[in-house]
Amino acid sequence: MTSAENVQRSRSNAQHPTSGIEPTLRVVFVGHVDHGKSTLIGRILHDTGSLPEGKVDEIKRACAAEEMGFEFAFLLDALLEEQKQNVTIDTTEIPFRTPRRQYAIIDAPGHKEFLKNTITGASRADAAILVIGADEGVREQSRRHAYLLSMLGIKHLIVVVNKMDLVDYTEKRFREIEQEYRKFLRELGLDARTFIPASAREGENVAQASMKMKWYGAASVLEALDLLEPQERDVDLPLRFCVQDVYRFDGRRIIAGRIETGTLRVGDQLVFSPANKSSVVATIECWNAQENGPAVAGDSIGITLSEQIFVERGYVASRENETPIEANRFHADLFWIVREPLRVGYLYSLRLATQDVKCEVVSIERVMDSSTLETKSDGREQLERNEIGRLTIQTRAPLVIDNHDRIPNLGRFVIVDDGQICGGGTIFGGVYTDRTVTKSKNIFWTEGKITAGARAIRSGHRGAVIWLTGLSGAGKSTVAQSLERELFQRGIHTYVLDGDNIRHGLNSNLGFAPDDRVENIRRVSEVAKLMADAGTVVITAFISPYRMDRSRAREIALESNAEFIEVFVDAPLEVCEARDPKNLYKKARAGQIREFTGIDAPYEAPEDPEIVVHTDRQSVDESVATILEQLLPRLRTVQ
Amino acid sequence: MTQTTRTHLDDLENQSIFIFREAYHAFKNIAMPWSMGKDSNVLVWLARKAFFGRVPFPVLHIDTTYEFPEMLEFREWARKHHNLNLIVKMNTEARARGIGYETHDPVTVTHELKTVALQQVLAEYKWDALITGIRRDEDPTRAKERYFSPRNAQFEWDYKDQPPEFWSQFVTTAAKGEHVRIQPLLDWTEADIWRYIQRENIPIPQMYFARNGRRFRSLGCSPITQTIESTASTIDEIIAELEATKTTERAGRAQDHYERNAMQKLRAKGFL
Repeated sequence: MTSAENVQRSRSNAQHPTSGIEPTLRVVFVGHVDHGKSTLIGRILHDTGSLPEGKVDEIKRACAAEEMGFEFAFLLDALLEEQKQNVTIDTTEIPFRTPRRQYAIIDAPGHKEFLKNTITGASRADAAILVIGADEGVREQSRRHAYLLSMLGIKHLIVVVNKMDLVDYTEKRFREIEQEYRKFLRELGLDARTFIPASAREGENVAQASMKMKWYGAASVLEALDLLEPQERDVDLPLRFCVQDVYRFDGRRIIAGRIETGTLRVGDQLVFSPANKSSVVATIECWNAQENGPAVAGDSIGITLSEQIFVERGYVASRENETPIEANRFHADLFWIVREPLRVGYLYSLRLATQDVKCEVVSIERVMDSSTLETKSDGREQLERNEIGRLTIQTRAPLVIDNHDRIPNLGRFVIVDDGQICGGGTIFGGVYTDRTVTKSKNIFWTEGKITAGARAIRSGHRGAVIWLTGLSGAGKSTVAQSLERELFQRGIHTYVLDGDNIRHGLNSNLGFAPDDRVENIRRVSEVAKLMADAGTVVITAFISPYRMDRSRAREIALESNAEFIEVFVDAPLEVCEARDPKNLYKKARAGQIREFTGIDAPYEAPEDPEIVVHTDRQSVDESVATILEQLLPRLRTVQ
Repeated sequence: MTQTTRTHLDDLENQSIFIFREAYHAFKNIAMPWSMGKDSNVLVWLARKAFFGRVPFPVLHIDTTYEFPEMLEFREWARKHHNLNLIVKMNTEARARGIGYETHDPVTVTHELKTVALQQVLAEYKWDALITGIRRDEDPTRAKERYFSPRNAQFEWDYKDQPPEFWSQFVTTAAKGEHVRIQPLLDWTEADIWRYIQRENIPIPQMYFARNGRRFRSLGCSPITQTIESTASTIDEIIAELEATKTTERAGRAQDHYERNAMQKLRAKGFL
């Protein structure tokens, strides 16, 4: 097919997509400032008949009014300010169409300070066109942008050597630039399959083959675009289903999220990281869906599980034999895009897919100039804007990751400071879990009274009292131990207070007479309060049969603004008595123990506990899952 | 054999659902302006997809008092049909001051009855995020938008200094008094909207379809919204018409064209 046919056909198609089937190919235009990106885009829009009626005339009139000559670039610069400054200020996205497919142009500005816009635009692209002015040749941003494209994971790159009209359309100049730039790209591991000599202003080799550069026999810009194959969905990679949220709108518990890679179907056995709990997909939920096949990479879905396990946002489901890496320490390459430099030892948020954890940079191994590719390893403590560093990062809680070259979506993250995205990184080198290195630096406030809020930010969660109550044998201790382990694994400071560690020391002078029981619970309440105030999530496991005692425990906890969560560990007396783990019921029935709760002393069940678990119907894991689901959101630090 | 084929509309739908869920997680106090127009109804539909049949936050209609009667009828019908928690807001104070299309220019009236009304209702409910149905292809200023786009307390959009947005990571915090606009339809085109309405059979007002040789392509306040010449009485015919036309979608919306860069000025001041 000749390019002349291309243009004619696309003209008749005007600006709107004719195909709802084939996806749009997003193309980002990058390159050094004033090398002609906007002109090339304007020319493409013009030559494919993609501009609304009257747009060219409108711009021409505007140019005349401001006594400027018409430029194709102005077609893009729709905002008044851009016309004034004659530079593009932000990412725009403009559709055009060829007979092959629908395109969206992403125009990323060339100015050095607008790096964040370049990244925003380029990260959404399927392919990139990098424009180099034939007159000036390869410049700083020609190189920097290529580096960013490689980090952002863009595979298709077309290099357009523009402004060939300024160098008399000579092949020699084109080959010089091609040779120099190919060498640079190879060092980055990028492969540009196409270099095209063109003049956007004159329309040479844009939509049509140039008569002035007959020495060049290959594709024009539009032809080269049409030759690209769209990037495949990552269905063949291992499954990564990233949980966005868990909904309980109508009693069903639906785990909502996006499949980043792989496929998922009903009956699949999934492993959720970081908890490492398994369950089977019971249903794939959707509303008004067209089809009921397997869900694949890119799909936003909801699932229900056949066994209830605790799952929350940030969890990643995979198959058992293809699990991701769980790490709290890893290596990454990171680009930094804000004025304030990245500092070693400073506390940042790290977001990876739907995970959000606190992290710090432990060390900067080397810093690379993205333009010259020169590296420096001079023990730097910070990374400046526009620099790319190779770093070691440590997180406060386990992070589920993949190496970027294996599963890109789980191998890249952003660093967030004060709600602002400051940089992006890619993970390499697999697992590095040297947990012997402890954090010793005090990176927090050192002056004044240390508040509960400050403690919460330090530990990443608030302190709280989880007050388990229930009959002997109901499962309080078992649930407490299991809950403690779950919390501990999440990096939460936690501790169980129970008869074993309280009665033997602090309360060794107390017996089981009613007064002593009251005093026992009072002391437990006070200790729990102090520990919660110190930032610990305290789990108490006492029968605590009297409402009065429990409500006092609550008041004591509230004195120091600690969260108090009453959990009724509920099981019928018959069940508890049948279990009778310590043979206490038998002894009570035999009269060997007096005033045993449930036998000859009352148990006042909670009237309005925060959480109820039924240990006669729920397994320990299910009980703990029920508690965690309500507990974890309450432990979050207030922003 | 795994069926992995997904269409362009599937891609758009998946991305929009993802954005809805990110927004619902990030912002507890959230609302969705709903104009009853075609894009707005697609938005409601996508919300129901994202949240398994329900819209779990209020929808807001800014009633300019210049609404087409058919639109108000549709509002009542659709509220029940989708089981929406509907909040209707009018800037009665501006109307009492005599602001109206009869006496004022469209930019002024639109600002007062839409943007100021929105400011008032936002101050009342203190939403920290609004889900809007704007699309990049509607207008050059909208082309520069982000999926999550912060607005300051004065509602101003700092389009010269927008936050970076990549790898599905967004600005998910709003400072006190500020809010974030969440725009799940940003990547959709006018034709995508129609194809999706057709595929999903989404209810929309009948005014989009030609009657007596004219139809509405875009719907706003009755005094300043013009019909276009059209015989398109089915979605297929509308799509065919769109493919042939070079007129812009909002050409029939007077406030956009009242002065040069009117839309930019309106949007910088908080217009959706």
